[in-house]
Amino acid sequence: MSRNIKITLVFLGVAVVVGLLSLRGLHERVNRLARDEASEEQARRAVVSAPITTPTDAPSNATIYWAAPGAPGQLAAQQIQLQLSSDAAMRGKQVIQALIQNPPAAEQRTLPADVRLLAFYVLPDGTAIADFSDELSVETPSGILSEQLAVNSIAQTLEANVPSLHRLHILIHGQESETLAGHVDLTGYFDLHSTP
Amino acid sequence: MQRFRPLKSIHLFALFLAAAAIPLVAAQTQAPAPAQQQPPAAATPQQSAPAPGTAPPPAPPQRPAFVVILDPGHGGADNGARGASGVVEKDIALALARATRLQLQQQGLHVLLTRDTDDDPSFDDRATLANAQRSALLVSFHVSSTGKVGSVRTYYYVFAAPSSPSLGESTKTSGTAVAPPRPLAHLIPWERAQESFSNSSHRLADAIQAELVKNFPGSPASSSGVPLRDLRSVAAPAVAVELSSVTVADRGALEAMFAPLAASVARGIIAYRSSPDAGAH
Repeated sequence: MSRNIKITLVFLGVAVVVGLLSLRGLHERVNRLARDEASEEQARRAVVSAPITTPTDAPSNATIYWAAPGAPGQLAAQQIQLQLSSDAAMRGKQVIQALIQNPPAAEQRTLPADVRLLAFYVLPDGTAIADFSDELSVETPSGILSEQLAVNSIAQTLEANVPSLHRLHILIHGQESETLAGHVDLTGYFDLHSTP
Repeated sequence: MQRFRPLKSIHLFALFLAAAAIPLVAAQTQAPAPAQQQPPAAATPQQSAPAPGTAPPPAPPQRPAFVVILDPGHGGADNGARGASGVVEKDIALALARATRLQLQQQGLHVLLTRDTDDDPSFDDRATLANAQRSALLVSFHVSSTGKVGSVRTYYYVFAAPSSPSLGESTKTSGTAVAPPRPLAHLIPWERAQESFSNSSHRLADAIQAELVKNFPGSPASSSGVPLRDLRSVAAPAVAVELSSVTVADRGALEAMFAPLAASVARGIIAYRSSPDAGAH
């Protein structure tokens, strides 16, 4: 065997050993990507939308209401760690953002994955105004049950994390909408601290 | 030359009586006879008797004392929920309303549908049909796109509590507080017509749900309060019944539920009507 062939075989052997060593890491990365169920809109939002931060942010236990697994039509409270502002409007934005973006499982989602919270502000009488993008009415599954779940998840999440709010008014793309997706009346206000 | 004689008090009194009588006589001659203003139903037997040799006038249509309004949700261009197998909410809702009509008519009740074809009356048109009756109740039918297949839920309207006076409701002009306008005592705002029937709607919803849960296991034991647009302007007890769901693989699975669902709704309505506080709002 010539000297050149021996050198080539040694290089090939080293390359195989390095490849085998990196294979495990590569396999884990592929699995992680496969687990990620984000839609194109979610992926785009992760790049372009900055997280809501304020100078008063502090790590807090937030209570978010998602659909209860295995119990259709019911909500379940879940504690997650969030940076929450002391300002009511910013805090409301942060928890609704979490409600949209961080459901533990796809089947526990109560709001469409692609919906965006366009604005959230609080009137002096404690009325919260939440303005969502069109996806709220277009992509929420039609039906009283699913629309009720969507509204209750927003209302109960705000109740649990922003106690100064008294009632909620939902807008769609800056306009008062007659219904959410054909059933639940959005022309009025939802009482907070009284939802079942 | 005749001497002027002052009027005596008796003459003055006679003049006063004559002046007072003039408007009374004028009013009597201009006003139509009270009998002409009365509706035909209030006419006396002598007045309604036909003249000899002429055909009796047709009797005015009798309005039923109580009407059940069945409201199939959606319709026309509005399909409502749609399943992967092609099941469409508007069709199922109409079929459910027709099946319930049959059950109620067998019980001798007068029933009207807000739509009996594939059209889409507005929310207000649907409410108008109920509000035009002397006494009515309304049941709206829907099919969800979520929930345990074969479960049924009944809903009634809940209004948010009136807010405390806020900047939006009381205004200050040049430092002077302006009180909000006082609502007229007999005026029912169209957009809150259901409000005074909240309690009776809740009782009706519970009566129907109590019957549904017997035939549809997995359904909740009691009804739920949700602000539903199609109930808001109904000035009568009004509920919505929603069947789960359009996600069935075969439409036949839903069709099998029509008869038991219609029977349950009919029994719930009759139970509500026979309860002692049915007439109370």
